[in-house]
Amino acid sequence: MVFFSYLISGISLGSVYAIIALGYTMVYGIAKMLNFAHGDVIMVGGYVCYCALSYLHLPAIVSVPLAMIACTVLGVVIEGLAYRPLRQAGSLAVLITAIGVSYFLQNGAQLIWSATPKNFASVVHFDLPSSLTSLGLSSEAIVTVGACIVIMIALTTFVNKTKLGKAMRCCSEDKGAAQIMGINVNRTISMTFAIGSALAAVAGVLLCSAYPTLQPTTGSMPGIKAFTAAVFGGIGSIPGAFLGGLLLGVIEAMAKAYISTNLANTIVFAVLIIVLLVRPTGLLGKYAPEKV
Amino acid sequence: MKKIVSLTIALALCLVMASACFAEGETFKIGGIGPMTGGAAIYGTAAMNGAQIAVDEINAAGGINGAQVEFNAQDDTHVAETALNAYNTLKDWGVQAIVGTVTTAPCIAVSAEANSDRVFMLTPSASSTDVIADKDMMYQVCFTDPNQGIASADYMKANMPDAQIAVIYKNDDAYSQGIRDTFVSEAEANGQTIVYEGTFTEDTQTDFSVQVKAAQDAGADMVFLPMYYTPASVILKQANDIGYAPTFFGVDGMDGILTVEGFDTSLAEGVMLLTPFSADATDELTVNFVTKYNELYGETPNQFAADGYDAVYILKAAIEAAGCTPDMDAATMCEAIIGVMPTISVDGLTGQGMTWAATGEVSKAPMAVVIKDGVYALPTAEEEAE
Repeated sequence: MVFFSYLISGISLGSVYAIIALGYTMVYGIAKMLNFAHGDVIMVGGYVCYCALSYLHLPAIVSVPLAMIACTVLGVVIEGLAYRPLRQAGSLAVLITAIGVSYFLQNGAQLIWSATPKNFASVVHFDLPSSLTSLGLSSEAIVTVGACIVIMIALTTFVNKTKLGKAMRCCSEDKGAAQIMGINVNRTISMTFAIGSALAAVAGVLLCSAYPTLQPTTGSMPGIKAFTAAVFGGIGSIPGAFLGGLLLGVIEAMAKAYISTNLANTIVFAVLIIVLLVRPTGLLGKYAPEKV
Repeated sequence: MKKIVSLTIALALCLVMASACFAEGETFKIGGIGPMTGGAAIYGTAAMNGAQIAVDEINAAGGINGAQVEFNAQDDTHVAETALNAYNTLKDWGVQAIVGTVTTAPCIAVSAEANSDRVFMLTPSASSTDVIADKDMMYQVCFTDPNQGIASADYMKANMPDAQIAVIYKNDDAYSQGIRDTFVSEAEANGQTIVYEGTFTEDTQTDFSVQVKAAQDAGADMVFLPMYYTPASVILKQANDIGYAPTFFGVDGMDGILTVEGFDTSLAEGVMLLTPFSADATDELTVNFVTKYNELYGETPNQFAADGYDAVYILKAAIEAAGCTPDMDAATMCEAIIGVMPTISVDGLTGQGMTWAATGEVSKAPMAVVIKDGVYALPTAEEEAE
């Protein structure tokens, strides 16, 4: 019984990691870059939603799409201004730029919204019978897991079945060849960022609904954990991100409950190291040897 | 051409320095350091606002030893490195004594520097013993962490002797760890039962579902939270989510929880905390201060505002007792103030007859309040018995 409630709390946490990891892995899979600013786009999504709810008094059904639109625009603008000029540069330059964007967003948010933490009222709250809540099951967790599965299926279908998805896979494999075949690489990558950032807004709203403290650094730690989850599951693999996120959350909760709250993070990262030693591409990652 | 430019610059520099010299020696220059942005912003802002009110009052009443007081508050964002920058800014400004810093970790860093520079510091609220350890120029307005931990354990012993206690604390934070250590040793000495201890760190302070659940499973009916209010607000929410309703007991860091933007204050109903200041007290000093603070800043002052206010008045009492004049340099003034600190007694918002040991530790009585209908109230006998 107690074990189940720890499991549920791990799954709740894991589903938040998973939903963030989906955005990470999508951008990595297609643009082949680690967008470290992803966590901070999540934070911006949270703030936009918070402002729409608290200051403009809009209902959640309007606020959440508003946050998604704001983040989509932000994602495309970031890609256009910061990453596109570096398309031909080395991957290290892009990585450092992404870290710079991350700090830019954090400090920008601090200027606009101040660093005083705000308490985010859950937008996905509904009452559950007390038999479920006593197990630690919350409406936020149910919605997050549900949203995660829907997004994962939608993304997989989109990437595998649609024309744009095909273009994305082409860009992922070989940008030069894709261009020769008449694919607009820049537009495809912009589109990837648009989708990734819209997902980030959803993740931001769900993250803040479950863990209500909203401040400019809200996105950074979950962002790093989600990145870990994405690597754990096999970066670039959409189901891998989902699996990695859930496992990471459960391992963290179990470590806290049964081993030590002090060692929880140590154990999480130790598991990651072991997995990477045994399977260098992550749990569901594909081994792709490069021909030289 | 180059020569003319550099000459002009040199001349301009001379003028600036000269004008700075003219201003010196006519006013007392008191600096303030505290987090006015960042996660601990509520404390720094409140303490500096409180200090400013005190400075304005003192100036209106004729200043200290006949000289006006200038107050310069600098932001440290609750980060040690930033605090050192703030301290250097104040030194360049010509600071003579410092009210600060407001939080523990930056205060440890700044006080070490100020100790070698011989600048007197009086912190409104940095409560760790590390703040005052081995430094004779560092004094506190608030009680030390051991004092808070011991007082909390003793209070529970006296009022809820059978409580099954759980402790959740932040083990990468000197403040939280310090209070927890003394609380636990005092509780053990008292024969109280601690059924669960959970920790968290800066990186894991958004999710407490496991710790809260474990405390519930351990049968705790009293949860001690020696931490700042931001993580505490999350704990209160997550406990409420699983229908767990023990008595939550906080220390001075819990002060401010009612002002978190968007926080459902009904979650904090029944939370008890140790604080030396209650805005609802009816003595003249408190009423005046609360009214003034409300007028100027549009909110009810918390304990940190009162600490900041008291700090300035304590400094005034010390400067007067030591007979300091505004033309003294910081080091001379520091030695003079150190000489009189153990001899003065100050009545302030946060305590009557506050006195200091030469170590820098204050002696005053702590008081517990309970949050009722969204404000602090004194606990009634039955709540204490619960």
